[in-house]
Amino acid sequence: MSEYILELKGITKTFPGVKALDDVYFKLKPGEIHALMGENGAGKSTFIKVITGVHAPDGGEMFLGGEKVRFRDPTDAQKAGIAAIYQHVTCYPDLSVTENIFMGHERVAKGTKRLLWREMHEEAGKLLRELGASFSPKTQMGALSVAEQQIVEIAKALSVQAKIIIMDEPTAALTNSESEELYRIAERLRDQGTSIIFISHRFEDMYRLASQVTVFRDSRYIGTWQVNEISNADLIVAMVGREIAQLFPKKEAKIGEEVLRVEGLGRTGYFADVSFSLRKGEILGLTGLVGAGRTEVCQAIFGVAPPDKGRILYQGREIAIRDPLQAMKRGIGYLPEDRQKQGLVLQWEIGRNITLSSLEKLSSRGTIRTRKEREFAKRLAEKVGVKARSVFDLASSLSGGNQQKVVFAKLLTADLDVLILDEPTKGVDVGAKSAIYEIIGELACAGYGILLVSSEMPEIIGLCDRVAVMREGRIAAFLDRREMTQEAILRASMADEAPNDAQRRGELA
Amino acid sequence: MEPRVIADRREFSLRGFFLQWEWMLVVLFVAINVMNVNLSEFYWDFDNLRDATMGFLDKAFIVLPMVFIIILGDIDISVGSIVALSSVIMADLYNHGVPMPLAMAICLAVGALCGYINGLLIVKFKELSAVIVTLSTMIIYRGVAYILLKDQAAGKFPEWFGFLGWDYVAGVPFILIVFAVFAVAFGYLLHRTTFGRRVYAMGSNPTASRFSGVRTDRIKIVVFTLAGLMAAVAALFLTSRMGSTRPNIAAGYELDVIAMVVLGGVSTAGGKGRMAGAILAVFLIGYLRYGLGLVNVSAQTMLVIIGLLLIFAVMIPKLRLGRAIRR
Amino acid sequence: MKNRGRIALASETAETAETVAAGGASAAAPKRSASANIAKFRELGLLAFIVLLSAGVQLRNPSFLTWENINDIATNTAILSILAVGMMLVIVTRGIDLSIGATLALSGMIAALTVKQYPGANPALALLIGVGIGLACGAVLGFLVSKVRILPIIATLGMMNVFRGLTFEASGGKWVSAHQMPDSFKAIATGKLLGVNHLILIAVVIYLVAYFFVNHTRTGRQVYAVGSNPESAAISGIRTGRILGLVYTVMGGLSGLAGVLWVSKFASAQGDTASGYELSVIAACVLGGVSIAGGSGKISGIVLGSVLLGILNNALPMIDVSPFWQNWIQGMIILVAVLVNALVKRGIDRNHLMRRRI
Repeated sequence: MSEYILELKGITKTFPGVKALDDVYFKLKPGEIHALMGENGAGKSTFIKVITGVHAPDGGEMFLGGEKVRFRDPTDAQKAGIAAIYQHVTCYPDLSVTENIFMGHERVAKGTKRLLWREMHEEAGKLLRELGASFSPKTQMGALSVAEQQIVEIAKALSVQAKIIIMDEPTAALTNSESEELYRIAERLRDQGTSIIFISHRFEDMYRLASQVTVFRDSRYIGTWQVNEISNADLIVAMVGREIAQLFPKKEAKIGEEVLRVEGLGRTGYFADVSFSLRKGEILGLTGLVGAGRTEVCQAIFGVAPPDKGRILYQGREIAIRDPLQAMKRGIGYLPEDRQKQGLVLQWEIGRNITLSSLEKLSSRGTIRTRKEREFAKRLAEKVGVKARSVFDLASSLSGGNQQKVVFAKLLTADLDVLILDEPTKGVDVGAKSAIYEIIGELACAGYGILLVSSEMPEIIGLCDRVAVMREGRIAAFLDRREMTQEAILRASMADEAPNDAQRRGELA
Repeated sequence: MEPRVIADRREFSLRGFFLQWEWMLVVLFVAINVMNVNLSEFYWDFDNLRDATMGFLDKAFIVLPMVFIIILGDIDISVGSIVALSSVIMADLYNHGVPMPLAMAICLAVGALCGYINGLLIVKFKELSAVIVTLSTMIIYRGVAYILLKDQAAGKFPEWFGFLGWDYVAGVPFILIVFAVFAVAFGYLLHRTTFGRRVYAMGSNPTASRFSGVRTDRIKIVVFTLAGLMAAVAALFLTSRMGSTRPNIAAGYELDVIAMVVLGGVSTAGGKGRMAGAILAVFLIGYLRYGLGLVNVSAQTMLVIIGLLLIFAVMIPKLRLGRAIRR
Repeated sequence: MKNRGRIALASETAETAETVAAGGASAAAPKRSASANIAKFRELGLLAFIVLLSAGVQLRNPSFLTWENINDIATNTAILSILAVGMMLVIVTRGIDLSIGATLALSGMIAALTVKQYPGANPALALLIGVGIGLACGAVLGFLVSKVRILPIIATLGMMNVFRGLTFEASGGKWVSAHQMPDSFKAIATGKLLGVNHLILIAVVIYLVAYFFVNHTRTGRQVYAVGSNPESAAISGIRTGRILGLVYTVMGGLSGLAGVLWVSKFASAQGDTASGYELSVIAACVLGGVSIAGGSGKISGIVLGSVLLGILNNALPMIDVSPFWQNWIQGMIILVAVLVNALVKRGIDRNHLMRRRI
């Protein structure tokens, strides 16, 4: 019997065109909460999928309780006592809570194979009560809030008597009190001898819970430390790879007059009372925890899901935007959060992707001018530095960073004044990241007003002139460059007291 | 940013050129003709072939917009019913004293309206698939035709109306000329215009299209309206050829039309396919039917053949060989 | 421990947590699943509608609620609801089957031809043959949908024509009519056991088996899991392909059974038997609350849906509605039912959003 319940050595996993994991190590003791940290795209999610048997690694070894194991599919991992709670809850919304808990390991009567509903309901109820939940196990899953669904997922892990529970950003979509509830549950599980791998972007999560922390960066293993032995700054360096200041070439854009002003914007169930103003050449950050409503605000301004309250003023005039085309005609562009689903037509060539949003300009009376289109695409692709042989290369063949550059090129085709960039460096390697920062800097210098949504604090601090921090659908605070520190941003995005109204409105004056 | 040169000229590849779905259709087309010639001595006769072509072209009009619909990743199984409804309304109006040209115009308007209703429902109720929406309108439209005409036939059209389906202009069937004009127009619309480009974009990635400023709802409505309109055009020619109409005409057209489009290389997953392939498939199936008809293969056997053809056409791309072929 | 001091948040939040947690629990307590309530309400509503409709028709035509007519409705509904059970399973997995009318005709025809050839044969043999052919047809579809991954609509549309064509081929375009069938065969549908018509008995047995299957077996629940979230189903180790293959095969088997019952009941097998009947079956399902988006549907719902449709089909001629209206009415029923289902779903989602109190 080894000292470690789970040990992974030299794990490597390659996807077409991307090395998702490169020689990664990990050790987990029984009854330990082990934090796994790293930026977006550092390989954490892939790593988890290897542990849970969703992906088979290309190289490396995995030991469970000292014995070498190889999972062919998720069922193998489940049988071995490994359960995962994913970032986005993967449930069956049409089925009851009990069924969600017992899916895959239902209780059946011996012989008749009949499902033992009463037994399952009772046990589900017991598990839920233990976890402090107040809803009935017969409730339909789809009717629960995200936090409640997460509790169901934990109950599911408990019901298989998992020895190892993996929590992939479980607090991302939770409010503060809900997170606290989760911490308590995690601690209790730990005390009962369960090992927990805890993945989070939030330092508090780690400090509050974990005793060990392992850091990944750019698909590689960086190191493992005792949580109380590594300083915050060192940890950030480990995650980011260099001092923050290095990454961001300092540009000095001239900040001009106001281009966009949002007053009291709200959409039921997503966000409320959002007000800010944006000036030419300014980079306004918009941050907060995932699920705080940042993307929803952007998409409301861009007309994807129009707001039901409030006003949007563009260059001083109130405008109504009902769909993205109108937004673009007004001069507002949006770089979506999920470039593969929202930004690109992956199975198309680069050129067509670039010109999709500006076909009007490249056609006469509805007919596309092919030659003109190609030259146009070529010019823009070169301008943002896409690494490709020709404009006919398929978007799907590019790396994440280059795909993102194509989406940037797409934005540059239109006559815009306001750019909304939603997580522009998500899942992009470090080299491409700095290239994208450079592009953003140049755009600001060129006079665009930029609204930058990001979860990565170094990015916000390094790039933005001001930052608005959102919490639970509202803007909790505005911070200017002097006030912008990781701590201040975190405090604003997590604090429980009501946001200061004066502070919120004051920034608009 | 370091300057980098990106080519904007495509390298020509002979292999890529021949590995196109349309070549496979051409080969099949030749094979069918060779088979038909061997089956029946009457097949290879210019007049016969020409007249046979007039017989199957009516549904070809619906193939044109159906290509758009399937590229969008949707489907429309109500087209046969729209043919019946617009034809029945035209006949009914004419028999109640409405002048024929006006009745014909109303026929087209009814078709377009039916298509518009389909499109509107699909766009307003995104949680419903086009399958279920057009399935219910399929029943409803034909239901209206039955309500209007009961079980009867209506006809006695003016003599000149027969011209549409039966006459020639300079030796070329009129229906073929009209079809050629529409085929070129739809091909141009799909492959050369911003509209067509947006249709492809929507079929490949509807969300990204919307985020790129494509008015997805409007395009979808236009495409379904076009399908209704072309179904009404088909109704004009079909009614002209038959000389009268009944509520049960054009039953099963949706299958034929979808089979032709899919055989033409348009992927049911959306985003892929070309107009030329679908038009080739129209003639391929048309001549196959005609040839088999000459040797007295029954209409029922034909059903089996078309059904199997549809299944095989969607199966081929899923096989390894098929994946290499560009569509 | 130097970094602990830098973020003092943890201790702060811990203090407030208790009070908030208490508040959260009390807010959570009164909520009952809104969608569950609506589902219950839907069935009660359907039942109420059936009662009202029957009463209304009875006022117009007193021969409606006679024993004879009720029996007639019940036997007609029996076949419809047997098919609806299979269709429900298919729709729950997000599929659709347009070929069942043709499958029904094919197996009914083959069974009829068999008894015509061998009048002395046991009628059970005819049933077996019918079900067997149905199973085979369904298995082909299941293969096409689950293994070849053809869209259900395309696969079933294509095979519908194949099966229909084969029916004509098998019969040479001729009918098998009443006098060519032995009485023992016709007795399958007309006979009674303990005073209850066979058809009704068979249908009830099928409801019970299906009820047990969907609610009390692992495989049955997996059908719902696959329809509710196919990706999760794959991750949690459910063999999606096998489930899909299974539902289409079951659907085929039930169509085969219905084919024999149909031919026996109407004492005639034709090439175009039950042409377009799949649409009635789909209508019964959506009326019964089966969601076209997959993942939900109840046996009790589709039975009520079938009964309502059966009553409508029987009642319309009785209150002098022209048979030519029936097509239209059926189409409107499907359309309105799916639209209402969609709107109800939207209402539920909106409720969930309101509860977030942002």
